[in-house]
Amino acid sequence: MGMPISLEIADPRAGEKIFDRVFDYFTHIDETFSTYKETSEISAINSGRLAPEDASPEMRLVLMLSEETKQLTRGFFDIRTPEGRLDPSGLVKGWSIWNAAQLILKAGFADFYVDAGGDIQPHGRNAEGESWSVGIKNPWNQDEHVKIVKVTGEGVATSGTYVRGPHIYNPLTRKPAEDIASLTVIGPNVYEADRIATAAFAMGTDAAAFVESLPGFETYMIRNDRQAVMTSGFERFAAA
Amino acid sequence: MKNAWKYVLAIIAVVVIAGYAIFSSQRNSNVATTGGGQPSSTPTPSGSGSGATSSGTGTTGTGSGSGTGTGTGGTGSGSGSGSGTTSLYKNGTYTGTAADAFYGTIQVSAVISGGKLTDVKFLQYPNDPGHTAEVSREALPQLKQEAITAQSATVDIVSGATQDSQAFQQSLASALAQAKV
Repeated sequence: MGMPISLEIADPRAGEKIFDRVFDYFTHIDETFSTYKETSEISAINSGRLAPEDASPEMRLVLMLSEETKQLTRGFFDIRTPEGRLDPSGLVKGWSIWNAAQLILKAGFADFYVDAGGDIQPHGRNAEGESWSVGIKNPWNQDEHVKIVKVTGEGVATSGTYVRGPHIYNPLTRKPAEDIASLTVIGPNVYEADRIATAAFAMGTDAAAFVESLPGFETYMIRNDRQAVMTSGFERFAAA
Repeated sequence: MKNAWKYVLAIIAVVVIAGYAIFSSQRNSNVATTGGGQPSSTPTPSGSGSGATSSGTGTTGTGSGSGTGTGTGGTGSGSGSGSGTTSLYKNGTYTGTAADAFYGTIQVSAVISGGKLTDVKFLQYPNDPGHTAEVSREALPQLKQEAITAQSATVDIVSGATQDSQAFQQSLASALAQAKV
């Protein structure tokens, strides 16, 4: 998936082994789902060398979750690009981070976070015994954060202009909603937060209203006029 | 003369059947699907992690009690390879059925031009009990707004786009723009 992975386990027992296992898992995910690797399983499907029904159980699960997400979001989430290729990265990212978190939990660690490409699954407390604090980046200045949230088990996912990428990957335009600079979603876990953030981002400024209508999700939506719109329950996560 | 009637009846039957076939095929080609499936309840992911279970002793850390690892996945490289575009849709405006989303009723109209989906119009809006109608096009009163300001407090983690990803996407976009016919 070509993204930086950060992992912190606030536990003195955490040694090389668990870190290696997590990074090995993300390497495996990249080798399976990266559309930029010709040798990946998704590339085999896209080039016709592999039929989806013959794919690995993992791939078939992702395709099924993608279809379900598409129906849930009325088509705003869709892994099929206009060229007809499949690109499930908008779902695989959150899903794989969540899986990595399960891996760490099963290994016996309760205080950690996994961060892949700015999408985060925290658990428990940081080394100071406090909730994990997450800064939301300023879309116009990578060195600044413009909002701080404190989370224990909730997932945090940010969709930004880098996710949308070139215009051809966003076939749904909904006038007169304006494009937005970034959308940070807090959800029950990072898998849910990521897929909702991916779908909602495609709705432009209507994204906040959409997330407001979803129980269990909050959002901080940054518009291009540098105004942020947040859902009514978002403030309970905001740090002072 | 009797035999002539048989021919006339046969011709009428053929014309009726052919007309029906043409009519029903025209109807089928105007049906647009806009994702009218039933929404499911809040889904829970059931993916299986593929980390191998290991037995053996881990190393014990010392000092401040937190391990930090940072890895960098390989940055994506390579050019997008779009296959030849085929028109999947006929031009026109198609109205989907009103569908029951879990947050309300929704109905969309899809606009096809140039053989591609270019616009989606919402004909009905989510209507949540306790909210007023037509909420999704105006800001809800309970949505809060603020100007963004830089925060000086330090944080454990940062969420947002990474510089590398943005640069990569910009580069990919320009490569694809050159690749267009």
